[in-house]
Amino acid sequence: MGFDFNHLIELIPDINQAFFETMYMIAISLVVAIVIGLPIGILLYVTDKGLFLENRWVKNTAGFVVNMVRSVPFIILLVALIPLTEFLVHTTIGPAAASVSLSVAAIPFFARIVESAFREIDKGVIEAAIAAGATPWMLIKDVLLLEARSGIVSGITLTLISLVGFSAMAGVVGGGGIGDLAIRFGYYRYDNTIMIATVVILIVIVQLIQIFGDLITKVVDKR
Amino acid sequence: MIKIHNLSKIYKTKSGSVKGVDDVSLTVHEGEIYGIVGYSGAGKSSLLRCINLLERPTSGTITVDGIDLTSLKGEKLRLARLRIGMIFQHFYLISQKTVYENIAFSLKAAKTPANLIKARVEELLEMVGLTDKRDVYPAQLSGGQKQRVGIARALTNNPTVLLCDEATSALDPTTTKSILDLLKRINKELNITIVLITHEMKVVKEICNRMAIMQEGKVIEEGTVYDTFADPQTELTKEFIKSVVSFELPDAILNKCQGTIVKVMFKGDVAGEGIVSDMLKQFEVKGNFLHGSIEYIQEAPLGIFVMELMGESEETNKALQFIENRSAQVEVLRDGV
Ligand SMILES: Nc1ncnc2c1ncn2[C@@H]1O[C@H](COP(=O)(O)OP(=O)(O)OP(=O)(O)O)[C@@H](O)[C@H]1O
Ligand SMILES: [Mg+2]
Repeated sequence: MGFDFNHLIELIPDINQAFFETMYMIAISLVVAIVIGLPIGILLYVTDKGLFLENRWVKNTAGFVVNMVRSVPFIILLVALIPLTEFLVHTTIGPAAASVSLSVAAIPFFARIVESAFREIDKGVIEAAIAAGATPWMLIKDVLLLEARSGIVSGITLTLISLVGFSAMAGVVGGGGIGDLAIRFGYYRYDNTIMIATVVILIVIVQLIQIFGDLITKVVDKR
Repeated sequence: MIKIHNLSKIYKTKSGSVKGVDDVSLTVHEGEIYGIVGYSGAGKSSLLRCINLLERPTSGTITVDGIDLTSLKGEKLRLARLRIGMIFQHFYLISQKTVYENIAFSLKAAKTPANLIKARVEELLEMVGLTDKRDVYPAQLSGGQKQRVGIARALTNNPTVLLCDEATSALDPTTTKSILDLLKRINKELNITIVLITHEMKVVKEICNRMAIMQEGKVIEEGTVYDTFADPQTELTKEFIKSVVSFELPDAILNKCQGTIVKVMFKGDVAGEGIVSDMLKQFEVKGNFLHGSIEYIQEAPLGIFVMELMGESEETNKALQFIENRSAQVEVLRDGV
C-alpha cells in the first residue's frame, strides 16, 4: 500500500489532534525542564570547585541524581515512572501522563546543558564581577545567565528537539501524539500514508525549531 | 594604605604544591603608585589577587585601610571589595551588557539608589573619555576603550585602592601611554593608591613611585623607583633596567678605545657635565664621551654617562675619586689597555 492522498484527507482530524497532543506534551515538559532544570544547572555550576558558592557535598549529590536519571533509557523511564504518573495526574495514558516522564527526562538533560553553557564563560569575567563586589545573586543573574544567554537558548532548542523525539516514543505506551498515531496506524495497520505523514510532520517540526532556535540565539548574542 | 604581612600562597595541584607567593611583606603608602615587576610565573598576579582576596592566602595577613581583609568572609568581604577597584589585562567586561550597564553593575553592587546611577555613570564616562560609547557593547570597542570601561567600572564606588593586573600588556604603545596617563591622573586627582603589576619596566619608570621586584614568589628587591634605577642590587633588577636604560657599547667602539672606560652616574639635580669638565681641567686626563643620557624618573633626572678616560693610571684614579666626592657614582667598566 503506497501513499493515498484521499486517505490522508480522511485522517486529517486524527493528525490534527495528534499534532496538538505532541505540542502539548513538549510544551509542558519544556516549561518544567526550564523551571526545574535551570536552577539545578545553576546549582551544578556555582557549587563547583573554585566557584563562588563552592560546596562539594551539594555538587556531588546534585551531580549524582542528575546522572542517575540520565542513565536510564527513556523507554524504561516511561514504564518505571508509571506510579509517579498515576499519583500526579491520576491516569497513565494520554498526553498529560506522558508529560510526566518527558519532564523527568528533560530536567537533567537541560540542567547539564545549562551547566556547560556556564562553563563557556571566561572565569575572568566572573572574577572581575566578584572583585567589583557583586552579590551572589548578581553573579547569577547579571553574569552567568546573561553571558550564557545564547548558549542557554541553543540549549532550549536542543532540548525541544530531543523532546519531539521522546514524545514520539511515548506513543508506545499510549501517550498520545504523533508517535501514538504512527504506532496505531503505521505499525499495527501497515498504513503507509500515516507513516509518511508523521515522518514529514516530525521533520518539519524539528527543522522549524532549529531555524527559530538559531535565529533567537543569534539575536540575543551581543558579542 | 596596604600592609602585606608574611604573605604566602601555596597552590595545591595534582602534581604537588606550587608556591605562588612566598613569605612576602610589603607596605604600600596612601597615594602611592606601586609597581611590582617580575618575569612570567614570578607570582605577581598571585600576590595582587591576594590583596582583594580573589585568592585566599595560605598564610599571612593583608590590611587595607586598617581592615584586616584576611579575617573577612562573605558579605563583609564583599563590602570591603567595593572600596578596592581592580582592572585586568583582558578587561573582563560583561560582553552582553553595554558600556553603561557594565559601569552601572558596580553601582548596583553597592546598592546605589536607582535615581543616582545615571548621573554617576555619566560622570565616570566623562572622566575616562567614553561619553559617546555609552550604549555600545564591548565587542565594538578597541582594547584601549575596553580598558577605560574597566577603569570606570573599578572607580564607581570611590575606592581607595586600584589594583592593576598587567593593565596595559594587551595594548599597543600609544594606547598604553594614554592608559598610563589616565591612571596617573586618577592617582593625582582622586588620591587613589595604585598597585600595578607588569613585566614591562617601562611602565614602572613611567608612573610608579616605588617598586618591588619578584622572583619565584619572593620580593627580592624593593625601594623607590629612582633608587632602584640608580643603584640596582640584584642581577635580575639590572636585567630589567637594561630593558629601558641600556648602555651597551658596540664592540667596534670598544675595540677602538685605549683608555679606562667608566660609567658615571649623577643623581638628582647635580650638574653632571659641569663636574666632568672640572675634572678634565684639574687632572692630567683626557675624556671622551661614548654614551650618555639623562633619564627622568618621576621628574627627577638621573644622568648616566659612559666615557673613556686617557692618562696615567694614577691621574685617572685621582680624577675618578674627584667625581665620586662630588656625589656621583663611578663604575669602571674596563681598565685602560
Ligand atoms: N590557580 C593556580 N593553580 C595552580 N598554580 C597556580 C595558580 N595560579 C598561579 N599558579 C602558579 O603560581 C606561580 C605564580 O603565578 P602567577 O600567575 O602569580 O605569576 P605571574 O607573575 O603573574 O606571571 P604572568 O606574568 O605570566 O602573569 C606560577 O608558578 C603558577 O604556575
Ligand atoms: Mg600574571
